[in-house]
Amino acid sequence: MNPSFLPSRRKVLQGLGAAAAATAFPRYAYAADPLKIGLILPMTGPFASTGRQITAACKLYLQTHGDSVAGRKVELIIKDDTGLAPETTKRIAQEMVVQDRITVLAGFGLTPLAFAAAPVATEAKVPMIVMAAGTEVIPQRSPFIVRTGFTLPQNTAPVALWAAQNNIKRVFSLVTDYAPGHDSEKTFVNRFKAAGGTIIEAVRTPLRNPDYAPFLQRAKDSKADALFVFVPSGEGLAVMKQFEERGLKQTGMKMIGPGDVVDDDILVSIGAPAVGVITSMHYSAAHDSPENKAYVAAMTKANPGMRPNFHSVGGWDGMHLIYEAVKKQPNGNGQQLVEAMKGMKWTSPRGPMMIDPATRDVIQNVYLRETRMVNGEPWNIEFAKFENVKPSGDL
Amino acid sequence: MIGSALGVLFDGIAYGSLLFVISIGLSVTMGLMNFVNLAHGAFAMLGGYTCVMLMSKAGVPFLATLPVAFVVAAAAGIVLERTLYVRLYKAPPLDQVMFSIGLVFMAIAATTYFFGPSQQPVRLPDFLRGQVQVFGIGLGAYRMFLIAVVAAITVALHLLLVKTRFGAQVRASVDNAVASAGLGINVNRVFGVTFALGSGLAGLGGGLGIDVLGLDPTFPFKYIVYFLLVVAIGGAGTIKGGLVAAMILGICDVAGKYYIPQVGSFIIYFLMVLLMILYPAGLYGRRS
Repeated sequence: MNPSFLPSRRKVLQGLGAAAAATAFPRYAYAADPLKIGLILPMTGPFASTGRQITAACKLYLQTHGDSVAGRKVELIIKDDTGLAPETTKRIAQEMVVQDRITVLAGFGLTPLAFAAAPVATEAKVPMIVMAAGTEVIPQRSPFIVRTGFTLPQNTAPVALWAAQNNIKRVFSLVTDYAPGHDSEKTFVNRFKAAGGTIIEAVRTPLRNPDYAPFLQRAKDSKADALFVFVPSGEGLAVMKQFEERGLKQTGMKMIGPGDVVDDDILVSIGAPAVGVITSMHYSAAHDSPENKAYVAAMTKANPGMRPNFHSVGGWDGMHLIYEAVKKQPNGNGQQLVEAMKGMKWTSPRGPMMIDPATRDVIQNVYLRETRMVNGEPWNIEFAKFENVKPSGDL
Repeated sequence: MIGSALGVLFDGIAYGSLLFVISIGLSVTMGLMNFVNLAHGAFAMLGGYTCVMLMSKAGVPFLATLPVAFVVAAAAGIVLERTLYVRLYKAPPLDQVMFSIGLVFMAIAATTYFFGPSQQPVRLPDFLRGQVQVFGIGLGAYRMFLIAVVAAITVALHLLLVKTRFGAQVRASVDNAVASAGLGINVNRVFGVTFALGSGLAGLGGGLGIDVLGLDPTFPFKYIVYFLLVVAIGGAGTIKGGLVAAMILGICDVAGKYYIPQVGSFIIYFLMVLLMILYPAGLYGRRS
């Protein structure tokens, strides 16, 4: 081995000293101190759409609400973690804490990435706003995590209940094989069975999966009443295509699931095949409220061709939460900011929401939606709502 | 039961056909010049984006975009071959791998910059959509079309390589490049044309594959394992080997996912290990 690759003892000691100094001396914030928000998101790679949606929303929030709050100038520092490398997320989080001296960490596109950054937030005592990742346990990983996105049990439980009440007896379940998929499958299977339904089979597809055709053919041959699907947002296109081509709809099989499969970001690309899919989710770009109309109009104007999706509101509300917490505690440290966030309530483009003081997780309305054609474009039209759904999905 | 088995077989053949069109160029370049071109998938992606852009921006019908995808990818292939690849023919394999993987990263970044990170939609003409009932089995119309196209391509390639003078030169160069050059065959030119042909076929495959494989900027990485598997199992430099390997992979992949979904995506890797132990040089490999 080439000895020059090994760090010298002196370098290691220096590094340790710097790390100790960074955490040992409390940082005093003055009114003029900038409010630095470190956004870590997948901006490239398969989950790049999540990063783009959230960055667009955060930038829009700065534009519409001013780039200073409580006398502090707001700075967004955006870094790309490529979506697939937890160790990269962790390294970026460390750099942001030590070098950029950020006030708040935010973003986190996928569950493993949020897990990787959690110890950094705990160590540095910096609030960590999870805007996208949806596995239920995330906030338990650090007392500094606060979530503004959603949890999969939250978005799955309503559709399980709907299915049981709407004459769907036998369901074939298809989820992507990673933590959120397991969360979603577990919630659906437990709740649907408890409501008297039968699960014919629960299949998990690999995260990187070239071809859904065989899985959907198996679903078709199972002659289930409905196909329950959870896939990460970009994958919906491939699933819907095979659902259509294999004629599952013609056999009378209904597609149901949390809203990821008919993500607003790709819904226009999916087109007609999505019509008739029943999903439950916390946000639809078609949500009927003045706040949402203004939000969708502003997002579309600032980003031509982009329809805001559920990840974007996670970013928007994350910014809102940070702004409001800083207004309450203009010079607060990390702990004080997290305390200020607990129990906060507001009306988001998605509808009313609050931060549960006990779990630091989001409590919000979840809506049942049917995908329909409106003026030649598919939209997820809400037709029922469950109020104040807990992160665990308890209705 | 038999019906579903035939359906699986049909889907597998269609999937294998697609892998064959995309990978065959890689197999030929690796066999001919021992050049490990990991950027091969980027040519397929170029073809795919050519189809999508022609359809969405210029309103060209799907079938008419396919020849354009072939030509564009072939042209890109010949330009890159003459300007960049040619410098690395004599380089060690590691340099070739680093170079071509660098190309892939550039292709991914450029595609993301111009077309965005999301999946690209494709509108197939109505007669290629839905299923056709054949003896009571529902067969995808588009997959039938795929199989037909690939059958035609295979026959054409076979004729090209066996019946023409150019084909004889290619075969001679694959067998022994030094002796062929000594006999007056311009091996470099043969290779340039073959490279363009291979890239063009990849582009065509990329266009054909949008509906089955999807299309986003990470395409060259997502499928690189499959392309390399076809070459490794089939043996570099043979059309027959590539075809057989692609069919085996396609059918086993689909059948595995259908019958044993719990381990479905693992099956092809197991198969690769098994076949590589039994046939270290590939099923039809020439080098021992």
